[in-house]
Amino acid sequence: MSTLLEVSGVSVTFDGFRAINNLSIQIGEPELRAVIGPNGAGKTTFMDIVTGKTRPDQGRVLWGEKSVSLLRMSESEIARAGIGRKFQKPTVFEAQTVRENLAMALKNPRGPFDVLFSRGLDDADSRIHGLADEIGLRDHLSRPAGELSHGQKQWLEIGMLLAQDPRLLLVDEPAAGMTPTERQHTTDLLKRAAETRAVVVVEHDMEFVRRLNCKVTVLHEGSVLAEGSLDHVTGDQRVIDVYLGR
Amino acid sequence: MRLLTFLVVCLWLPVVAAAQDLQSILQTHAEEAASPSRRTVGTMLDDLAASGLPGVATFLERYQDRDVVQRAGDGLFFYATKSGDTYTLSDISTGEEVGTAPSSEITEIRPNGGVRREIAGTLVAFQLSDPDIERRQTAVEAIARSPSADQLAPLRTSIETETDPALLARKRQLAGILAASFADSTADRVAAIESLSGEVSVEVRAALNQILSSSTGVATALPDGNIARTFTPGSDLTEAEAYDQLVEEGLALPAPTRADIRNALAANIDGGRVGGVPVARLDNDETRDQAYGALAADGIVPPRIGAAEQSAALSAHVFYEIYDEDDPAITDAARTALSEVETRVGMGQMVDLSLDGLSLASIYFLAAIGLAITFGVMGVINMAHGEFIMLGAYTGYVVQLFVPNYTLSLFIALPLAFAVAFGAGVAMERLVIRWLYHRPLETLLATFGISIALQQLAKNIFGTQARPLTSPGWLDGAWVVNDVIQISYIRIAIFVLALIFLALILFILKRTRLGLEVRAVTQNPGMAASMGINPDRINMLTFGLGSGIAGIAGVAIGLYAQVTSEMGSAYIVQSFMTVVVGGVGNVWGTLAGASLIGGLQKGIEWFNPSNTLAAQTYMILFIILFIQFRPKGIVALKGRAAGD
Amino acid sequence: MTSSTDTAPSSGPKYPGGSGGQRPPAVRRAPRGEPLRRRSFVARNPSILWFLLALSLFTLGVTVLAEATGTGLLSTSFIKTLGKTLCLCLVAVAMDVVWGYCGILSLGHMAFFGLGGYAIGQWLMYARTEQIVMGNLDGQPIPATPQEISDAIGTQIFGVVGASELPAIWAFAHSLPLQLAMVVLVPGLLALIFGWLAFRSRVTGVYLSILTQAMTLALSLYLFQNDSGLRGNNGLSGLQNIPGYENTPQATLSISFFWASAAALAIGYVALAWAVSGKMGSVIRGIRDNEARVRFLGYHVESYKLFVFTLSAIVAAIAGALYYPQAGIINPAEIAPIASIYLAVWVAIGGRGRLYGAVIGAAFVSLLSSWFTGGGAPDIELGFYTVQWTDWWLVLLGLSFVAVTLFAPKGIGGLFDLINHRVMPDREGDYGPDTGSWRTEEGTEEEPPR
Repeated sequence: MSTLLEVSGVSVTFDGFRAINNLSIQIGEPELRAVIGPNGAGKTTFMDIVTGKTRPDQGRVLWGEKSVSLLRMSESEIARAGIGRKFQKPTVFEAQTVRENLAMALKNPRGPFDVLFSRGLDDADSRIHGLADEIGLRDHLSRPAGELSHGQKQWLEIGMLLAQDPRLLLVDEPAAGMTPTERQHTTDLLKRAAETRAVVVVEHDMEFVRRLNCKVTVLHEGSVLAEGSLDHVTGDQRVIDVYLGR
Repeated sequence: MRLLTFLVVCLWLPVVAAAQDLQSILQTHAEEAASPSRRTVGTMLDDLAASGLPGVATFLERYQDRDVVQRAGDGLFFYATKSGDTYTLSDISTGEEVGTAPSSEITEIRPNGGVRREIAGTLVAFQLSDPDIERRQTAVEAIARSPSADQLAPLRTSIETETDPALLARKRQLAGILAASFADSTADRVAAIESLSGEVSVEVRAALNQILSSSTGVATALPDGNIARTFTPGSDLTEAEAYDQLVEEGLALPAPTRADIRNALAANIDGGRVGGVPVARLDNDETRDQAYGALAADGIVPPRIGAAEQSAALSAHVFYEIYDEDDPAITDAARTALSEVETRVGMGQMVDLSLDGLSLASIYFLAAIGLAITFGVMGVINMAHGEFIMLGAYTGYVVQLFVPNYTLSLFIALPLAFAVAFGAGVAMERLVIRWLYHRPLETLLATFGISIALQQLAKNIFGTQARPLTSPGWLDGAWVVNDVIQISYIRIAIFVLALIFLALILFILKRTRLGLEVRAVTQNPGMAASMGINPDRINMLTFGLGSGIAGIAGVAIGLYAQVTSEMGSAYIVQSFMTVVVGGVGNVWGTLAGASLIGGLQKGIEWFNPSNTLAAQTYMILFIILFIQFRPKGIVALKGRAAGD
Repeated sequence: MTSSTDTAPSSGPKYPGGSGGQRPPAVRRAPRGEPLRRRSFVARNPSILWFLLALSLFTLGVTVLAEATGTGLLSTSFIKTLGKTLCLCLVAVAMDVVWGYCGILSLGHMAFFGLGGYAIGQWLMYARTEQIVMGNLDGQPIPATPQEISDAIGTQIFGVVGASELPAIWAFAHSLPLQLAMVVLVPGLLALIFGWLAFRSRVTGVYLSILTQAMTLALSLYLFQNDSGLRGNNGLSGLQNIPGYENTPQATLSISFFWASAAALAIGYVALAWAVSGKMGSVIRGIRDNEARVRFLGYHVESYKLFVFTLSAIVAAIAGALYYPQAGIINPAEIAPIASIYLAVWVAIGGRGRLYGAVIGAAFVSLLSSWFTGGGAPDIELGFYTVQWTDWWLVLLGLSFVAVTLFAPKGIGGLFDLINHRVMPDREGDYGPDTGSWRTEEGTEEEPPR
């Protein structure tokens, strides 16, 4: 397992409030990692930093074998470099069909002219169908995404993430608002994805994290509080303090 | 002109006979009075001046004007007006008509130029020392209007006796200016000029420029005299200009222009050819020159003076500028003093410009602050904001129709304009904007629809011509600091109004319950609602407040600009710029934006005063570029609160 | 996978800002195992065929009724009005692509339209003046030099602003091909530079609208100056005289321009419809609805916006280049901000997000406007007041615009949905790039952590 993403010594301040404080995390490839922490621990800001949405005040974010700094890249460059992100609330393009949503996410040249002139790539349909099967939306390809149920939207978003064929998936609360069956399905999907790539799951729900059965990083007040197996971290007194309050 | 003024002033004053009257003084000096010479008239003038009689000034005026005659029979002096062969005589002390006399009995006294200057000197001294301060002032201003050498001495004399401090200062200043031009010795003049360098007044600049007056000339060799500078053709002035100057001075032959050549050729067509060149080929300058050369060689036309000849002629002459003042010491001193004065004037202009910018900024602030509240605090775009400004201005106009007292009507108009615009704003919020929250682009378009409807409505009601909104008399005029820095009271009033509203808005937002609720609703409507705040009511009030201030701004703008149905659209873009540049959601940001835009506009206008259109163009370009570097405005909210 | 049927949970997600928790009604569902066969572009966009059919019929009808080619029932000036209207339709289509599809409410598109007009106007005016000047110089005993010709043209054109020299921007005015290139290049470059600056700094929403408005204001103020080199507020005039066709009656010219405008509209419509279809359209609409999300998918959003903005600016310029020879005169007032706002009004009334909506809106409102302001509409006697439509039309337009925004956000185009019983699956009473299209900001936590 080689290091894919290395975040070291990163800090971010919003209006005097330190959202991230000297945070260091390493993600390998392939790896499934869960990031947990109470509200405001900096989980989402961590993702914002990796995906280029927020620029840290200090620290390094290095990517890949060549250790390219992500800090100088734009969001779209980072995405093209192989980092996919799933948002907390499902953000699919509700006005467009499932097929269109997936087609947009498919790994293809992203320039305007490439997109304008490369219509009807032959393998696009088969890839879309493959993905649709995987996320269970085969029957809904022609439906507008806005009509889907909440869980279906979550899956569609995961499908879009997979369609990008990223090396690192950042998944923010994938199981929120799902029924138990849907959760099980989501867990399977993530585990399967993590066989070949790095997957980082941010989650509140301990049960879900337990099912993932992976290494857990606990964030608190913008830095890593504990790291290890779920049992290890839940046994840590500091983690218990943080979760139960002092 | 000056004398006439004196005359009028003097004649209005009652002429009172004194123990020792004018006539007797004159009789003492009868010989000098009857045929004055420059050397001898002095004693008589001194006596007259010393007498302190009220009629002396009048007498001197009329004496100078050759209105005084001597009657041959008794040698008495009278004022006279001639009609035909008879003179109508008036007493010189009282000015009353005393009878007529045939021209044979009358000797007109004709003081020559030298004498009249002497008289004028005494007269000025007399006026300058007059017990009546108004007459002294009149005399001083008369000197200021047309300074001349002979006024210097009496002015200096009068300074010693001057009691009024303001007039004393004025006299000293004027004496300095006169000395710079007219003092006897070079050293005195240089000293006077140097003392002027601390001034900025137009008079001082005019006096210095007068000393530095010069003329340009051209000659084969540099003449003697106080040469200001020489010109090199090609760098200081174009060769064409230089050659034209030579031609003007008769030092060179005029070179035929292209048009001359064409006309000459056209006049000399001979069998389809000119100078041996077929006419059809004359469609370029080269063949035309060739044909013209042929004609010139035959002596038919004057020779074409080519570039080589022209530059030879230029290099054979020297182009120079020569001072009218011969003494280089004086011109040097004047140049130094002028440059110092100009530096001061420049600084003064900077201050003046800043004041101008400040007043423009106040207007933009007033126009934009309402928008900043609705746009910034509520996130609502109100394209009809400009029409609320217009609404306020028309309210002021209508109030003036009913209340003729301008002061009273202004104090009625301000709250009424607020009320009218507030009402319009609340109505618009309830009827339109409420249904479009969270759809900013649609709000923009809907309020634009209201904007064109309101604008056309105003046009239908009030017509297309501009309506006056007259400011009260106490706002007329300007606060004058010196000749460079001045600002009209109305702009000061607008500045004060802007300050009041800045304070008021800060107070409302930071210190009142309403402000607290507004900020709460702005930050989190849901949470605010759950705490018992009615967001609908808050939004309505906020919108009304923003609109009401626009109404007040309308009255303020209407006072110095005209009230038309299109006045709102003139301010709307600037107002948006102000809000955007300043940073949304912040009163201080609006202030900063208004200052930046107002200052910038004045600054650009200063660089290119003739072209306000260009100033606006460049300002907008600047703003577009500014947004590049500070997309969120000057006072930007950072971090997550910015909600990007 | 049992839960993925058409029964939705009743407590579905709230769509922020819009129509509450309403769920869009179900639509025809593609049968399972839909064939992979790709349908042609036109087949996927049947409205294009309908549009082309309607446009052809209209053109045919006008041709039959025109003076030069048919019965002469329609006056030449009315043919010109119709031709101009077609150009306005084209610029409205361009506007719809930028606004309705890409979510950029440009309040400066008429600047590009006007620049196109200025570019072609320069050639028309230069060539026409050159002919007049040559005619005058022919009488001279001596043939004129090129410099004299150029000076004479300069005097003729710029005498009105007290200048006589041709400014540098007229360098290409003598050549039709070069000036035609300018029609595309000048507005295209302006759009490219402006767009690059604006999009690069991520100016969006109303900020961008205000900025585009500032752009067009700056341009019109600049052109109002005499030293802009384009005759200041006089503008360019006499553009209806086409050099080389002096002897052709205006009736013939007008129908020719009408045809040209119709052809341009047809081509522009199809080209833009093609550009906003397929995956390109998908990305563009994605940018409208959630720019950040598209960015995280790896698309360089700024390039796309720039592409769409520039493309539509060029189409607008072409429309302008066809419009002004029919109008005969162009001056800086034509590119004042208000013109661009009207353009947005047309598109909104016609219906955003569908190209035919833009066409309908532009045609309907501009023709109605010329009917009302031209005195075509009868006055209304109210007894105490006579409503003269020349005075009240703008009031009516303004208020009806508010009404459309409030009550019919889909515009006139929405009627087609009713007729077709076709519910736009992607919209539920809400349009645009705002929260209305269910855009939600992601990656932000609702309250600052404590």
